[in-house]
Amino acid sequence: MFIIDCPWCGQRDQSEFTAHGEAYIARPRQPGQLSDEEWGDYVFFRKNTKGIHYERWVHSHGCRRWFNVVRDTVTDRIHATCKPGEPRPGVKE
Amino acid sequence: MTAPVPDRAGKNRLASGGRIDRGRTIEFYYDGKRYTGHPGDTLASALLANDVHLVGRSFKYHRPRGIYSAGSEEPNALVQLESGACTTPNMRATEVELYEGLRAASQNCWPSVKFDLGAINSRLSRLLPAGFYYKTFMWPASLWMTYEKYIRKAAGLGRSPLEIDPDFYDKTHAHCDVLVIGGGPAGLQAALAAAQSGAQVILLDSMSEFGGSLLSDRSSTIGGVEAIEWVADIIARLEAMDNATLLPQTTLAGYYDYNFLVANQKSSEHSGPASAGRTFRERLWKIRAGQVVIAAGAIERPLVFADSDRPGVMLSGAIRSYINRYAVLPGRNIAFLTNNDSIWQTALDAQDAGASVYVIDVRGNAASAAQARAKNQGIAIHPGKTIVGVDYARGRIRGIEIMALSEDGASVTGPRQRLSCDLIGVAGGWTPTVHLYSQAKGKLKYLDDLHCFVADRMPASNSAIMAGACNADYRLDDCLSQGFKAGCEAAGNAGFETRSAQPPATGANPLEANLSESSGGLRPLWILPSDHPIGQGRKKHFHELHNDATVADIHLAAREGYQSVEHLKRYTTTGMGTDQGKTSNLNALTAMSEIRGIPVPEVGTTTFRPPFTPLTFGSIVGHDRRQLFLQARKTPMHDWHHRQGAVFEDVGDWKRPRYFPKEGETMHDAVQRECLAVRKSCGILDASTLGKIDLKGRDCIRLLNMLYTNDWSKLAPGRCRYGLMLDEHGMVFDDGVTSRLGDHHYHMTTTTGGAARVMNWIEEWLQTEWPELEVHATSVTEQSAVVALNGPASARLLGELVDLPLDDRSFPFMSVRETRIAGIPARIFRISFTGELSFEINVPARYGLALWTALMDAGEKYGICPYGTEAMHVLRAEKGFIIAGQDTDGTVTPMDLGMDWIVSKTKEDFLGKRSHARSDTARQGRKQLVGLLTEDPGRVLPEGAHVVEELKSAPPMDMLGHISSSYMSPNVGRSIALALVKDGFARKGQVLHVPLLDGSAHKVTLTDPVFLPAPTPPIADVPADGAEPSASIGKTGLATGWQATSPACNLEPVTGRNSLREQPWRGKVNLRGDPENRKFLATAESVLDIQLPLQSNTQHSSGDRTCYWTGPDEWLLHCRLDETGAITQALQEKLPDTHFAATEVTDYYTVLHLDGPDAIALLAKACPLDLHPAKFTVGDCAQTRFGHASILLHKTADTPAFDIQVRWSYTEYVRDYLVSAMRTV
Repeated sequence: MFIIDCPWCGQRDQSEFTAHGEAYIARPRQPGQLSDEEWGDYVFFRKNTKGIHYERWVHSHGCRRWFNVVRDTVTDRIHATCKPGEPRPGVKE
Repeated sequence: MTAPVPDRAGKNRLASGGRIDRGRTIEFYYDGKRYTGHPGDTLASALLANDVHLVGRSFKYHRPRGIYSAGSEEPNALVQLESGACTTPNMRATEVELYEGLRAASQNCWPSVKFDLGAINSRLSRLLPAGFYYKTFMWPASLWMTYEKYIRKAAGLGRSPLEIDPDFYDKTHAHCDVLVIGGGPAGLQAALAAAQSGAQVILLDSMSEFGGSLLSDRSSTIGGVEAIEWVADIIARLEAMDNATLLPQTTLAGYYDYNFLVANQKSSEHSGPASAGRTFRERLWKIRAGQVVIAAGAIERPLVFADSDRPGVMLSGAIRSYINRYAVLPGRNIAFLTNNDSIWQTALDAQDAGASVYVIDVRGNAASAAQARAKNQGIAIHPGKTIVGVDYARGRIRGIEIMALSEDGASVTGPRQRLSCDLIGVAGGWTPTVHLYSQAKGKLKYLDDLHCFVADRMPASNSAIMAGACNADYRLDDCLSQGFKAGCEAAGNAGFETRSAQPPATGANPLEANLSESSGGLRPLWILPSDHPIGQGRKKHFHELHNDATVADIHLAAREGYQSVEHLKRYTTTGMGTDQGKTSNLNALTAMSEIRGIPVPEVGTTTFRPPFTPLTFGSIVGHDRRQLFLQARKTPMHDWHHRQGAVFEDVGDWKRPRYFPKEGETMHDAVQRECLAVRKSCGILDASTLGKIDLKGRDCIRLLNMLYTNDWSKLAPGRCRYGLMLDEHGMVFDDGVTSRLGDHHYHMTTTTGGAARVMNWIEEWLQTEWPELEVHATSVTEQSAVVALNGPASARLLGELVDLPLDDRSFPFMSVRETRIAGIPARIFRISFTGELSFEINVPARYGLALWTALMDAGEKYGICPYGTEAMHVLRAEKGFIIAGQDTDGTVTPMDLGMDWIVSKTKEDFLGKRSHARSDTARQGRKQLVGLLTEDPGRVLPEGAHVVEELKSAPPMDMLGHISSSYMSPNVGRSIALALVKDGFARKGQVLHVPLLDGSAHKVTLTDPVFLPAPTPPIADVPADGAEPSASIGKTGLATGWQATSPACNLEPVTGRNSLREQPWRGKVNLRGDPENRKFLATAESVLDIQLPLQSNTQHSSGDRTCYWTGPDEWLLHCRLDETGAITQALQEKLPDTHFAATEVTDYYTVLHLDGPDAIALLAKACPLDLHPAKFTVGDCAQTRFGHASILLHKTADTPAFDIQVRWSYTEYVRDYLVSAMRTV
């Protein structure tokens, strides 16, 4: 059970949050221009990373804001959280 | 200490000493026979006091087994505690505290533990090797199910209760700076050091008394006093501190990420079935610890010799515990077998208690001060020998045979010597309890000299410090100093400065053992040879008592290639019992390492997983049962439905009336009557549960054009439109009607079950992908009660209550009017889900019941008929309208539904559009929605039934699709069904078949899905029937005649030590806007006359207004009930061009007020936030969770008192949870 640092509310119990899958998957600007394969990539394919993973969470029982989390899927260490639109955070060692 | 004198509580009871209360005698029953014990006894110690050794039959071979240990590692003495509804299986007798009237029974034996028919398995053991079941019963595969039933029965443990548990259980969150696991010397010292620094400390121990190994130690002193006095002093000091919580009888079950730990506490007030329902039985602690100190001690390692599983063979430390802690001498003539120096103090304690004692030491040339002292005291020693046979008969050991060990310890030599004894104690050194460290993802390392695994390193997401015996520091001095250091370090890491004095010096016990191989303190030999090679002859080497696995099984596993630890464990079942192999794992690893000739760490060790000891389901469930298992959300009209005898159906988590049976009616009768009434006169439906979302902003059209498949650009204000929502796969996931209320203001409806999903869907797009869109979405589901009036008479009935021209020109189909109904502010939508003339009336939720009742009264003369969801389903199916989630399942496109007309061809983009061009979505022959008529018009086929082209005599048959909706329609006059069928559009007119599970098959014809094709009738078509308007209600009756009350008004206040009531109803406005926009901020603050809090989780109060921060661009204003309209209007007027949203949510929330000394503890039952008075002070607020409910928590007083704001449909859930919790504080 993680402690997640909501960029607005601060550190809260994981049970207040909901995970929404991989982050930084931008919706294509002009889907009509995409090949089936490119569109399929966007709709169906997600990374299954062992290690540093960027993912989207929402503070569903709190401020109901979406944000991004950098988590190591091996250790479950959360390296950083950030608001949508902010630059992709790096990984502290 | 004197020799045992038979007392009332057993013939093996010592006359003095021990931690038992001889002043009281407790009666208990074991296998139906009456015994006595004393308070302070465990079931195991009381049985041993009564000379009961044989307590069970083994798992597989049904061999007789006895009490083996004195703690949580017990592999044998698992009992069925109590009977009937209160029974609990697999309870370790060594951990069951004795209470008056306790009843326990042995398990896995029939007809009795002394004469057990299953023991035949032992005779057949040659035929039952490891892997036997898998090898023997796997063929033919279809018969495994048959075999398994009998195998399970024969190899069972206890029985689970069949009745409902009459007990109740508690569950709570807890927070601390330092959690100390284990109340032995290291743990006590750690807890004291941490607590003295001012840190919040929780100390827990699985036993009823703190002290750990010191409870069984009569020879050590600490700071000049007996160790047990030191324990009492530490406990007294901790108890006097506000910042220390002591939890006895609490077992740490699981250690998870980020120092989240779960512990289970047995209530000390609860003693057996007599307490059922009076006090909670167990409490599950969900602890979030800043720092964790693990001082979990060590488990004694067994020595495995021929037939060492006989009752009467025990761990030597357990014998010491029974003598010193429980004043029970389990045998008079004790043979100890050891490979190390820890045995001598135990031997001396046993001798002192009156037993005759001798020691067989597998070491040939051991010499230590302790050994010398034992020799001096007259204890006979047999060096370099081992036990090769046990003389066991009629439940007791009578003697042993010993032989000399060869130099390498692999075989025995020389003559055989017989010695008499009635008890055997084995001492194989210690295994540090690293389970919790391993659960926390800590890595282990193997100490070659001490022959054990200890903690190595921990991942960053947890922080545990190991102290004492669990870190292989066995000496008391080390335990205290390591505990002290760990306590200081943990407190320091948590930000507290140590103020403790160094731990006191111990009176060094000269007999304290050094268990390292290099110093000669231990000979690394645990699997001891006998005069037959292992696996031959009748003698058996059981290394795993719980699951009945032998060393021969390990050899077999190695031969068959199951050599890695993961294979070994599954093949032999070592370590897979409820004890998780606490006494067997390391010996199994050692045996495998010897067989393979590789070091132990190369064989590996398994990862320990929670729970450390089994948990009961009751404890895990806690309060979350019955009505608290899932919140039952109810509409404002629920009580009326209930009084009318409505049968309810769960839709999402809502309770909706399914139908309203009249006296003597079946469901069929009621639904048919309701369906006819809607089309013939007037039906009334509670539609309050539909999801509702308020959308404001100049980009609403752009948003709607992306969310829905059709074009929203030209929807005029006051008009409504139906839309389908797709996911990016192009599949339908929700539908509903959205209405344009103003230029930049829309009201969206969703399905009942899809409300939260759609709201999240919109917010996620707005917040992450399209932040440039100027749209604010606010959920307003609970704000309105919705009454749907359907049928020809609905317009006339409505006309009686509204001051609104009701004709097709002024109020056309698919339009909305804001008006008043009987004086209540209302939004009326002329939309229809039944294909009938229909009005959906939205009023503030607090008026819902009043409106419903008024309509029922006024509608009586029109034959008004309340109808439920079942009739609604039939009526919409008659028109071929889909239900998203019933006729769609996430694989259905609008085209598959035949709804091409709703998919815009001109819009460049909408969510899911691109997927429609994918080859699979665009192909011919997909499953398509069609109507389906049975050959027999009276036959209603079950939903989910398969549709096939070709009937075969038995499955499998090629499936073309399935029936998604199926009803008897009184308006069509026959059964109707909708189905998703491959290439269904092209198959219309074809005859197909529907085979059912009962073997019958039914011919069906595929048709168009619209069974009643007439369009929704206009108002003009409604014939006048000359009914007189009702005088009693009129067009303003409710505004004056009814007192508006909260929708949750049926909540009874709770009084007593803690009180709970609903706060008086207040006005509420949800405000959204950009705090960086100065104009918005200044105007909002001047209109609201309050400063908007910009800090998360804060509020500002001024006069009778309170403004809460609820998000970075969102606030919630509490104000007087009559102010909301003026406030929202003033904001609109003063901010005409600013992007913001002010939405009334007065009825959306209720506020409960909890006041009393236990308020924090009560909230902690279901709220994960740390509410410690120093951390959450008066005036603080936070949005968080209470069970399944989102709440806004506001501390209003130091009593302490809290306001708990919750969506009103969750009010009852929160109230009931708190009431349930009140039984446990």
